[in-house]
Amino acid sequence: MSQQQAIAQYCTRLGDNSLIQSYRLSEWCSKAPLLEEDLALTNFALDMTGRAELLLELAGKLQTPTRTADEMAYRRGERQYLNDLIVELPNTDFAFSIIRQFLVSAFEVQLYTALSQSTHTELAAIAAKALKEVKYHYAHTADWVLRLGDGTPESNRRAQAALEKLWPYTHELFEMAAGEDTLVANGIATNAATHYAPWIEQVETVLAEATLNLPKTTHRQRGGHTGIHTEHLGHILTELQYLQRAYPNAIW
Amino acid sequence: MQVADSVKDQLLRHFEEKIDKGDAIEPRDRMPDAYRKHLIRQMSQHAHSEVIGMQPEGNWITRAPSLRARQILLAKIQDEGGHGLYLYSAAETLGISRDEMIKQLHTGKAKYSNIFNYPALTWADIGAIGWLVDGAAIVNQVSLQRTSYGPYSRAMVRICKEESFHQRQGYEIMARMMAGTADQRAMAQDAMNRWWWPSLMMFGPHDSDSPHSGDAFRWKIKRHSNDELRQKFIDKTVQQAEVIGLTIPDQDLKWNEAKRGYDHGTINWEEFYQVIGGNGPCNQQRMDHHKQVHEEGAWVREAAAAYAKKKQEKLLNH
Repeated sequence: MSQQQAIAQYCTRLGDNSLIQSYRLSEWCSKAPLLEEDLALTNFALDMTGRAELLLELAGKLQTPTRTADEMAYRRGERQYLNDLIVELPNTDFAFSIIRQFLVSAFEVQLYTALSQSTHTELAAIAAKALKEVKYHYAHTADWVLRLGDGTPESNRRAQAALEKLWPYTHELFEMAAGEDTLVANGIATNAATHYAPWIEQVETVLAEATLNLPKTTHRQRGGHTGIHTEHLGHILTELQYLQRAYPNAIW
Repeated sequence: MQVADSVKDQLLRHFEEKIDKGDAIEPRDRMPDAYRKHLIRQMSQHAHSEVIGMQPEGNWITRAPSLRARQILLAKIQDEGGHGLYLYSAAETLGISRDEMIKQLHTGKAKYSNIFNYPALTWADIGAIGWLVDGAAIVNQVSLQRTSYGPYSRAMVRICKEESFHQRQGYEIMARMMAGTADQRAMAQDAMNRWWWPSLMMFGPHDSDSPHSGDAFRWKIKRHSNDELRQKFIDKTVQQAEVIGLTIPDQDLKWNEAKRGYDHGTINWEEFYQVIGGNGPCNQQRMDHHKQVHEEGAWVREAAAAYAKKKQEKLLNH
């Protein structure tokens, strides 16, 4: 894999993570428990679609032949998507979506802080913009983790259940895909494993304050980096890509 | 009793003098009960419309056909929700809570705009809703910028700015489709055919049949009649349709030189009253959705309240 291909793959992974997170959050539109939260979650979805567009545009430019951001988003199949599995899991309830976003955003604060120093100037610029957004996503969802964990017995039970279900999927956030070692060596990408220590410390602190327990399971789920997904991704792409697939010659 | 009546008369006179001078009425001002009731009805209906309107548009968020289209739609729906919040707050200045307004929506006492009882079936409907529905709403809201109740009037100034943006974005969707493939053009015309007449109905019954107009005009809540506003909407929209090659689905539509406006065909008021009466294509679906979401979210609101209470108690104990 050439360096250019490795950068394209890395940006595709980041872009796919943004887009699929955005998709799941946007499903809350007109369905959130409070109007304020409806706006907050769709606002995050908006941030993430914007970030996906920038990252997929960069990834597409580095391919031969080049592809637009829309072609990257709307014309790749399930096996070409490289996002982490955690972002594609269905929203089972509000607690699940909040806990997931908290865990992922806590990671993304570390990730984009590091990437804003990337030696790749375009990637560094995208990361600097993303950092402002993911910090806010983290702060907002951390507040909700406290409310749900330390709210009522029911909210605590739901938050803990979400945490248990999500935990095996968190490990993949800290893994690199094949071919990306040179990017780390050149200061273009950041080694995801180095973000684990600060992440777990931060997560533990918030969970403790929220009276939630860190899951004990050592079970790990992975596959996104090689395009081996859960069954859910195909359904996401079916909806997301419907118009582009049904009318391949149309411009919208 | 006579004394009480005369005090009441005096207050009403004072209120009406203020209105006549063109002064805004503010939350702390004395106002007749009927004025307060009229505003609560109208403002809560307006707020509910913004919120219920998120459903047909939200129906297309996951299927928006490009990253740009997805961002525009996400931003638009957020604006609508924001208008809802803003209007609920403005209505709360009249002494009713958001909870109470939502309760009234669920019992059917409060209404929302009839237009959202029609389904958003294709992507072109997202264009038609932005262009025609928001376009019709703006005509009404521009007029309401000068309504007599201060908080409502100020809300309208802000809302109008965003709505005109939505209208342009909706029009852009239609224009792009009309410049596209045969399938896209057919989809756009089909949406036009389905949304045109319901959009005209948004202005309400003809002036001769409008039940709430009397006091609303005298108290300057309402500044233009239903028919005047409808005429404004038609006159600005017909030309926009022609520019991009869309046909208005009204064979009787023709330019009337004498009134410098278009004459239009007969509106199907039977349909209008059917939909208002609960028999539109989506009335049941919209209300079921709103109630279900509200019920399913109860545990979250309870958790937030319980947590806030615990925090408060901790503060007090320190």
